[in-house]
Amino acid sequence: MSNHDPTALERLINGILPENPVYRQLLGMCPTLAVTGAVKPAMTMALATAFVLISANCMVSLIRGLLRPHLRILVFTLTIATFVTIADRVLAAYLYEMSKQLGPYVPLIIVNCLIISRCEICASKQSLPVALADAVGVSLGFALALGSIATVREVLGSGTWFGLAVLPSNWPNWGIMVLPPGAFLTLGILLGLVEWLADRRRKHVT
Amino acid sequence: METKAPGGGYLRQAWLVIFLGLLYGGALAGVQTSLGPRIEQNRRAETYRVIPQIVPGADAAQTTELTITGRDGKPSRVYRVHTAGGQLAGWVLPAGGLGFADRIDLLVGLDPELHAITGIYVLDQKETPGLGNFISSESFRERFAGMSAGEPLMVVKENPTAGRNEILALSGATISSESVANIVNTAIDNLREPLRGL
Repeated sequence: MSNHDPTALERLINGILPENPVYRQLLGMCPTLAVTGAVKPAMTMALATAFVLISANCMVSLIRGLLRPHLRILVFTLTIATFVTIADRVLAAYLYEMSKQLGPYVPLIIVNCLIISRCEICASKQSLPVALADAVGVSLGFALALGSIATVREVLGSGTWFGLAVLPSNWPNWGIMVLPPGAFLTLGILLGLVEWLADRRRKHVT
Repeated sequence: METKAPGGGYLRQAWLVIFLGLLYGGALAGVQTSLGPRIEQNRRAETYRVIPQIVPGADAAQTTELTITGRDGKPSRVYRVHTAGGQLAGWVLPAGGLGFADRIDLLVGLDPELHAITGIYVLDQKETPGLGNFISSESFRERFAGMSAGEPLMVVKENPTAGRNEILALSGATISSESVANIVNTAIDNLREPLRGL
């Protein structure tokens, strides 16, 4: 609506909460549902996605003057796929167990549309510092979303957080929380909560 | 956008894509060259860890690695595994091939006489989550233990007959199941004669 392009700071802040990729835009649902059974894989995924997003945004911003409109999506995909392959190899070399646990979800970062949407919306139009700030903001927002869902699921489902016991050992682990239905339930409840809070804030302001 | 025909020749339009393709290709080759040995090391460590699971009675510390030439004329690495007492417990063959989604890498355990498969293990797979990725599950892998290594495995969708070397497919993942059986068949077929000669 505004007639100026968002500044770097606006991009950074917007990505974290006001335009949170998961809670506000409902993008990146595949990893959001699939790897949030525990905090450790969720944070690994958030880190890998952040690496790809930041690298791809910077690369696209650097070459934005050379892009041809009808070939731009091809260039975005090529760039993203390259950085995903690098992330996949680095995980296999240094975090082998985690890489096996995440399995196909690492290569699937290529089709995570929150990355290509940032290339299209921001990086292909704005300068490097803005694209970098945008990528960092969205990465933080994504990590926050995955972390919150994974925290609920791991604590209720296994009684642990980041592998450390946080609930008494007589806690009856809610098995459903670590299974796929738990992902949908948690996402739905947290999404509702975020909406409710935002709604209350809007009413409060006006 | 299509109304204005893009001006210039093919190269003027596509040079960036071609250039980036070459640049990225080179970068990935560099990453693979520098990280490849480390990934291979991780796999080898995992192989040693699971040897006792796929060859009963084997002690991973009593393993020798051999490189033999298979029927396809290429060198293949095999593991000769022994019990803690030093007796031959069997063989472990690394095997790989195409699955439904991507490459599948397996370890195939055989008894000392090469009569039977003692177990299999999935080192790497990227099959469909919720369907094909169950090839890594214990319940699927144990369908291979005890099968004859003398004749090819067959994949059936229901009622496998005992004694006929039939593997029950995972429901919803017939192609992944068949891929695993084919990879096992090919590896055994490729290395049976050279292993007999050792």
